[in-house]
Amino acid sequence: MAVLVIASLAVPSFGTSRNFTFLVLDLMPIALVALTMTLIVVTGEIDLSVASTLGLTSSLMGWLWNNGLPIETIVPLCLVAGAILGACNGFLVTGLGLPSLAVTIGTLALYRGLAFVVLGDGAVADFPWNYTGWVTGTIGGGAVPNVLVVIVALALVSGVVLHATPFGRSLYAIGANAQAAHFSGIPVARTKFWLYVASGTIAGLAGVLWTLRYSSARADNGAGLELAVVAAVLLGGVSIFGGKGTLPGVLAGVVLLAALQNALRLQDVSGQALNVVTGALLVLSVLLPNLASSIRTTWHRRKLRQAAAH
Amino acid sequence: MFPPHRRLLTAASASLLVLGLAACGGTTKDSASSNGGAAGQPGASADPNASIKTGLKFAYLPKQLNNPYSDVETAGGKVAVGELKGEYKLVGPHDASASSQVSYINTLIQQQQDVIVVAANDPNAVCPSLNQARQAGIKVVSFDSDASKACRDAFINQATTQGIGESLVKMASELAGGEGEIAVLSATPNATNQNAWIEVMKSELAKPEYAKLKLVKTAYGNDDDQKSFQEAQGLLQSYPNLKVIVSPTTVGIAAASRYVSSSNYKGKVTITGLGLPNQMREYVKDGTVKKFALWNPADIGYLAAYAGAALASGKITGKQGETFTAGKLGEYTIGADGEIVLGPPTEFTAQNIDQFDF
Repeated sequence: MAVLVIASLAVPSFGTSRNFTFLVLDLMPIALVALTMTLIVVTGEIDLSVASTLGLTSSLMGWLWNNGLPIETIVPLCLVAGAILGACNGFLVTGLGLPSLAVTIGTLALYRGLAFVVLGDGAVADFPWNYTGWVTGTIGGGAVPNVLVVIVALALVSGVVLHATPFGRSLYAIGANAQAAHFSGIPVARTKFWLYVASGTIAGLAGVLWTLRYSSARADNGAGLELAVVAAVLLGGVSIFGGKGTLPGVLAGVVLLAALQNALRLQDVSGQALNVVTGALLVLSVLLPNLASSIRTTWHRRKLRQAAAH
Repeated sequence: MFPPHRRLLTAASASLLVLGLAACGGTTKDSASSNGGAAGQPGASADPNASIKTGLKFAYLPKQLNNPYSDVETAGGKVAVGELKGEYKLVGPHDASASSQVSYINTLIQQQQDVIVVAANDPNAVCPSLNQARQAGIKVVSFDSDASKACRDAFINQATTQGIGESLVKMASELAGGEGEIAVLSATPNATNQNAWIEVMKSELAKPEYAKLKLVKTAYGNDDDQKSFQEAQGLLQSYPNLKVIVSPTTVGIAAASRYVSSSNYKGKVTITGLGLPNQMREYVKDGTVKKFALWNPADIGYLAAYAGAALASGKITGKQGETFTAGKLGEYTIGADGEIVLGPPTEFTAQNIDQFDF
């Protein structure tokens, strides 16, 4: 919040309505994928294959479009494809009991490779104007981009699921102690499986929107996005070990990252300095809570010792 | 342990249903091609007598920063912007991915630049933002790698396909003494620009003045140093009477020259093609390579600045036939689709190679 206020005061043209549109369009894929990533990280797992799923969906979209399918068929097909890719992750993690970090690093490479198999190095570009225009457009030509509606709707759904349902509470329980959760009757494996399916589907949706936004289906779309998403999730206060974190926190993390990059870019800060700032922010976001808790513990011990001395 | 099959079945049949419904009628590639809907520039007319404005803000957006070739191009732009008394700025992503340029274009719109000079990583991905820039009054000049012609005002083309093909054959003929066997060492079999040049070479070779030159083989080194080296080796072994290897790729020409200069073919076979002076200097000095060609990348950036200034001053609008003067490079005429061709490639020889540093 403070960053937003400072940025709009200090950086000329940061606070303009057009910049707001650009900002939302830039953060759209990160925000979408971060929603399901939050749920997964809360259970103590991770999905690093999201950006590759996005790329593969984008490739698939281009390939199907080239083969003359109507876009109204392609979009649901891409979402199903995303769900299947997510289900593969889910099966490997829960069905075979493999560590999610290893599985999704594997599928990160695998799905990206398949994306190149599907579409090669080329790009497919001639998507219909009424679809690409909708994704880049704003509501009534104002400042609020159409895609913000999609983000807000999905954020509300995930927020309610995580914070206001027994299912959401079971995710925290799994993240805190999967074994205890299992013994208290929570279907741990099934829950995780469906989370991966959801993550794949959302990544597929992000792939569709990405393709339409840039009117360009390419195998390398979204490369490296998984790191930005994980960064935003951690920045938003979710513990990488699971069991802790809130969705509003993550959304704040996404906005903070995107706004900071946008503002620094408007100030002509170079790309490398941008990476340094983002990296430093991430380290701080992990460091500060730990530092705070260790200071608290030291304080507490000293007090105990003082009490004992008296 | 695992999701109940019934639920999977329901999900699968539901999605099939959706597909079935959606398949009946919709927007397909064929039906969509008619409604392109690219936003053009409001119809402006050129004033050939307009004076070039000073203090214009130029932003160069290459494919990616810290690429030696585009560094030379943009350095040329910086010189020209200095001559035009404008403000020069260089921005860009560190990866050459299709979409990372878009946020930079958006930023440049916010900063109200006057001219954006862009080398597009993807001709279409940058299109919507470039058109937004043009609607905001910014002139867009593409260089090096064109954006879709619907979303830029002018394109600086380093050389025409025809011009490059012609000059490759001309050099090969001079080096072979007008007759004998020549071979081509290309990049990959599906490299668009390479194949276009080779096609021009073939139609040139069909002309009577080159009747005694014989193209014996086109080899592919995949723009990989080692593979190109081996392909050059293979060519010389299979064709003992080979006189010239023409390699229209900077990787291929350097690898072939390295092989020939270190083998006993040195002095019998000569190499030519398209190369970078810094890579080729030692082979030109040791006589392996008599001459090769390339456009001067600095001139591309230089010409782009002058074209941008002429556009921003209203002197030209990017229509075919308009003319403007580009400092030391002289007068240029805009071709079809707003294309401005830099000129024939520069030939590098032992006499002039030390004047170039890129």
